Amino acid sequence: MSAIFKREFKTYFTSPIGYIVLAMIFGLSGYYFFMYNLADGYADLSYVFSSVLTFLMLLVLPVLTMRLMSDDKRQKTDQALLTAPVSLTGIVLGKFFAAFLLFAVGISIMLVFAVIIATQITPDWLVVAGNFIGLLLLGGMIIAIGLLISCLTESQFVAALGTFLASFALLMLDSVGSMLSSSTVVVAITDFLSISQRYSNFTSGLMQYDDIVFFVSTTALFLFLTVRVLDRKRWN
Amino acid sequence: MINVQNLTKRYGSHLAVDNISFQVNEGEILGFLGPNGAGKSTTMNILTGYLSSSEGNVSINGHDILEEPNEAKSNIGYLPEQPPLYLDMTVREYLDFVFDLKQCNFNRQKHIGEICRLMQIEHVYNRLIKNLSKGYRQRVGFAQALIGNPPVLVLDEPTVGLDPNQIIEMRALIKNLGKHHTVILSSHILQEIEAVCDRIIIINDGKIVADDTASALSEKYSSDRRLMARIAGDEKRVTDILTHIAGVAEVICYGEKEDGVYEYVLEPQDGADFRRALFTALSKEGYPLLGLRSMEMSLEEIFISLTREQLPQTTIRKGGKRK
Repeated sequence: MSAIFKREFKTYFTSPIGYIVLAMIFGLSGYYFFMYNLADGYADLSYVFSSVLTFLMLLVLPVLTMRLMSDDKRQKTDQALLTAPVSLTGIVLGKFFAAFLLFAVGISIMLVFAVIIATQITPDWLVVAGNFIGLLLLGGMIIAIGLLISCLTESQFVAALGTFLASFALLMLDSVGSMLSSSTVVVAITDFLSISQRYSNFTSGLMQYDDIVFFVSTTALFLFLTVRVLDRKRWN
Repeated sequence: MINVQNLTKRYGSHLAVDNISFQVNEGEILGFLGPNGAGKSTTMNILTGYLSSSEGNVSINGHDILEEPNEAKSNIGYLPEQPPLYLDMTVREYLDFVFDLKQCNFNRQKHIGEICRLMQIEHVYNRLIKNLSKGYRQRVGFAQALIGNPPVLVLDEPTVGLDPNQIIEMRALIKNLGKHHTVILSSHILQEIEAVCDRIIIINDGKIVADDTASALSEKYSSDRRLMARIAGDEKRVTDILTHIAGVAEVICYGEKEDGVYEYVLEPQDGADFRRALFTALSKEGYPLLGLRSMEMSLEEIFISLTREQLPQTTIRKGGKRK
């Protein structure tokens, strides 16, 4: 697992992908941080966190995950991975954590912003922590979805587009729910599955067990499905 | 060392491998021979755990590939048909990665260095794999299989893409490796299999059609005592005489080889020995017999006769040797 993790993480920086992704995150969030927090003098980082980064995540994470599995299949390097004494879970986790680490490095720029604000006024650290953790959990889930979709296709483009659409749909889920508000069953379901609601709890500094468990377990579920898809491919 | 029992692989309704069983003993070099699409690569992919079988068992060194996959896989070095190379890595990075992937616990520098020397890829060690020629990529792929010093090597067409000198080197290398490793080698190049392997399995349409040593195979299939004769004289007349000799089942003329001299292949009936009758018949009519030799079937001919239904006519007629 560690060999795959190391290789995938390094590959982000032997190709332009790692640099592009980091540049996009740093550049855009830096721009909004400057405009909103520095120029206008707001101490609250929530806006940069919850709006800018959530939007960025939809663009950036599909790029991070698109080639993780599809490229191995296209180049037939999966033959080296699957015939090595490594479990499928090890392969999937190695790739997952490589993308996750890069994403974590990218969003940790927010901690730098928080420290900059802290030189002027004490920010609400709980909100900062909640935003950061919420973003990590949400990102982890989308990466797991991306990994699963990347496993289903040999084309990087299809993988990226699929991941974008899937995560977009998930984030839009509760607005669909409120549109159909006449049906209480639908609302109950969309409320339970609603990612943006659970995520917004974090952004206001509320860290609840059930939200954490929700994100961690859905991430685990998608990783498990990835392993199953990989395994199933060996049978037919 | 390797034990394959009733292995079957279905792709939907297509039967790629049909109930094959074989054993490979320690230190043996087994050649896997068959036309394209016969099921060679599928079988190898199952042996190495890349694919799962639909039915049947595979055990490597006593470890079942499905029940103890990691133990079984750590006993195998696999070079697939297309070497599994990360093109965006240098040879060094790639071999380091494989070393980690296989969780080897010996001296990294020394081990990888030895393999690079063996495969003669030291001078491309720091180059990107994407910039290497096909021959070098093949060798890097081979090096990858050797990392971790696995007792079993599974090589799917290892000499593809190499130039003739490299092919000869590669064969010598495989033969040498066979002293300390159990090797399964697939190829559709017959000379290669004949030159390298102790034992040959011919596979066709997913089934094993022959399993023996090269010499035993050619003995078994050339017992029909076909003779090749060169006879001076009119073709029609000689053919007529030949067909009337007792014990001759069939006469085929291969055309004029010298001025007025024709070559014939004589197929015996039930393995009959008709050499004396042939001489007497020809001398009685006054046609000189200029040459006579028995036709041992080469491995190539055995292969063709065993897999014939699968091959187009033009291949069968190659070299004008077969009727």
